Amino acid sequence: MQLSVAQGAGAVRVSPILQVRGLTKRFGPLEVLKGIDFAVAPQELVFVIGPSGSGKSTLLRCCNRLEDADSGSILLDGVELMDPKCDLNAMRRRIGMVFQSFNLYPHLTVLGNVTLAMRKVLGKSRREADEIGLAALDRVGLADKAAAYPAALSGGQQQRVAIARALCLNPKVMLFDEPTSALDPELVGSVLAVMRDLREAGMTMVVVSHEMRFAREAADRIVFMEAGCIVEEGPPEQIFSAPANARTRAFVAEIAR
Amino acid sequence: MTGFERFAESFFNPTLIGRYWPEIVSGMLITVEIALAVVATGIMLGFGLACVRSYRVLPLNAFIVVFVDVFRALPPLVLILILYFGLPNIGLNLSAFTVLWLVLSLVLAAFAEEILWAGILSVRKGQWDAARSTGLGFGQTLVSVILPQAVRLAIPPLTNRTIAITKNTALGSVIGVSEVIYQAQSAVSFSGNATPLMMAAIGYLLIFAPVVALGSFIERRFAWRRA
Ligand SMILES: Nc1ncnc2c1ncn2[C@@H]1O[C@H](COP(=O)(O)OP(=O)(O)O)[C@@H](O)[C@H]1O
Ligand SMILES: [Mg+2]
Repeated sequence: MQLSVAQGAGAVRVSPILQVRGLTKRFGPLEVLKGIDFAVAPQELVFVIGPSGSGKSTLLRCCNRLEDADSGSILLDGVELMDPKCDLNAMRRRIGMVFQSFNLYPHLTVLGNVTLAMRKVLGKSRREADEIGLAALDRVGLADKAAAYPAALSGGQQQRVAIARALCLNPKVMLFDEPTSALDPELVGSVLAVMRDLREAGMTMVVVSHEMRFAREAADRIVFMEAGCIVEEGPPEQIFSAPANARTRAFVAEIAR
Repeated sequence: MTGFERFAESFFNPTLIGRYWPEIVSGMLITVEIALAVVATGIMLGFGLACVRSYRVLPLNAFIVVFVDVFRALPPLVLILILYFGLPNIGLNLSAFTVLWLVLSLVLAAFAEEILWAGILSVRKGQWDAARSTGLGFGQTLVSVILPQAVRLAIPPLTNRTIAITKNTALGSVIGVSEVIYQAQSAVSFSGNATPLMMAAIGYLLIFAPVVALGSFIERRFAWRRA
């Protein structure tokens, strides 16, 4: 199914699964997000790019409230996450998150890592959780590593386990914060391959990354952030080949080198 | 009499060993009893306090910090004497055994709290992020993700502390707890010979060697590497 995603100001015709409005966040005197408006349609893959320190990670972390935004609205599938009465734990497991540093639990096996939340949060039995966990590991090509500990895996394998850990909970949206930045170049491909599969399976994804080749080929939309604002967004061809904004042009030229 | 015979006579006198071993053994049992009670309550209380502290409720944490600093700073003997000789003045009569158990438990709790808290703080923040992002609550994250890693870091210093503090059960002899040193001392004053103290020393070895072994066993059991 091809979704119609409007170009330009991020207007999405299909009703968005994730909608952020007027999001602001400061760390002390530092204004990190200055009123972000941002929407993601179901099955869309949105790439967020921008210079270091522009607030990309903070934006993702606000989306599942690992970081508390100061004001604004975050709607996930129609539920307001900024509502103080919102059941955050219930909402968080519908938002998968993948971190730059993998953050696997070193004291648990690979299978233990992917099944922990199913057992503790969803209350699944060990057998049922193991079954789902193994299926998720199979999806990222690591079913044979189920009994290994994270320390025995390469960075690329660890990141794929982290993706499987998020997948097990059947998230509505997955957020990726520089998933390949900590990897040796030869391991990047395996993680991108998994993300490509996810996209083909219709997963909605927001990806902070500077993997431009992947962005060109897989992204529906690129969002360029700078200094806590969204400067420009549009389909990859527009952002990479004919950006409207001078700062976008400068940044794209910089990373293309 | 050769030097060796004189040495054997004053430290390993067979007659005295035969006469006093029942007292020494009963003292050892009391020592073990207090030590086990102190380890159980001290470590449980210490871990409880470290867990409470991780919720970062300001007044509670201030209380914990003061408690920990006071009990780490004061020599246990001072606390034992104050409680044993002071509490009856306010109408509270605790047995010598209770005072010894209480003081050593609180001292061990203070150290255990500090050691485990340091362990909790040294677990990388990303572990919290990962667990919370999958919907685990604060307590679930603490129990299933953070504590296993913190405890592993805490075990070597905690083993050392636990041994050091449980050895303070010997302070009970000052207030008349009939643990092994108390028994040995009274035997020494009757016999005028150091053999009973030597027996007590061997008794300590028998008690603490397994504890040291257990400590390194647990350390090895938790020996997964950090990712
Ligand atoms: N926990 C924090 N405390 C204080 N400042 C922070 C914190 N997290 C991020 N920042 C600051 O916020 C700004 C944006 O950070 P971040 O969202 O990580 O940017 P990006 O991911 O785009 O590089 C940076 O200046 C960073 O130093
Ligand atoms: Mg970042």
